[in-house]
Amino acid sequence: MANKYVTDEARKQIGKTSEPRTYEVERGAIRRFAEAIEDRNPLFNSERDARQTRYGSMIAPPTFCRSMGSPIPDIKLDMPTFRGLDGGSDWEYFVPIRPGDRITVQSKLVDLRESDGRLGPMVFTTVETTYTNQFGEVCVVQRSTGIRY
Amino acid sequence: MAKQIYFEDVQVGTEIGPLEKNPTTQQLVRYAGASGDFYQIHYDKDFAMGNNLPGVILHGALKNAFLGHLMTDFAGELGWLRKLGVQYRGMDQPGTKVVARGKVSKKYTDGGYNLVDCEIWLENAKGEKTTPGSATVMLPSRVAVSEKLR
Repeated sequence: MANKYVTDEARKQIGKTSEPRTYEVERGAIRRFAEAIEDRNPLFNSERDARQTRYGSMIAPPTFCRSMGSPIPDIKLDMPTFRGLDGGSDWEYFVPIRPGDRITVQSKLVDLRESDGRLGPMVFTTVETTYTNQFGEVCVVQRSTGIRY
Repeated sequence: MAKQIYFEDVQVGTEIGPLEKNPTTQQLVRYAGASGDFYQIHYDKDFAMGNNLPGVILHGALKNAFLGHLMTDFAGELGWLRKLGVQYRGMDQPGTKVVARGKVSKKYTDGGYNLVDCEIWLENAKGEKTTPGSATVMLPSRVAVSEKLR
């Protein structure tokens, strides 16, 4: 059966990227994030304690990138109204993110598909977001699945 | 810093956690502020109920953060969380505990790194897995401590 929303034309948007955006990592923002998730790991909370570790400074907890407000590529679908759900994320970590880093965030639509659910057609979007530091090192890659129905 | 675990200490089946969390509406507000996710279903009960929800619900990303916490505690200072995956299958509400747990599913060496793959999940007070996931962690070896880790 032909897809209702994810047409061949719509799938041409795969590969579309967002504008890159640069975010400056503040020590206080890392600490507030760690406090909000109630993670008392000294690496995320105390510059004094973190300096005694092999990192030599505080680092950001794994999902801190969530606070950088990653831009989403503009996906055009002929859905009059829809509800959105966060389906989940897959993260890969390469280099620690530290206070003072300038992280450039860019997202790319890597998959767009449709399937029939109980509530009618459901559209699944997979967006890959890359977080790169001021030295050009890729720190984190996140793949998120969004559901529209 | 918690006690460091080494590659030699881990076998397939080794349990991770449990890490118990007791999220409150206040925590959801703090998380909204810290993450910038101000979708009202996470702190405005009327809004949530107007969207056919039983009340405010936890951010999926907060549950992701709880599983991140579980894994960075497990990896310790000398380990490194290499991959983390989560799927949001069920809703969780504040005022009731959630528990993050996991177990080692594979132990191997690749490119000189000591790696363990883990099955992880968040379960509610009834023991239902609302947020299944997976993780890969690099661990130090007692023989060559962290030489190859970043």
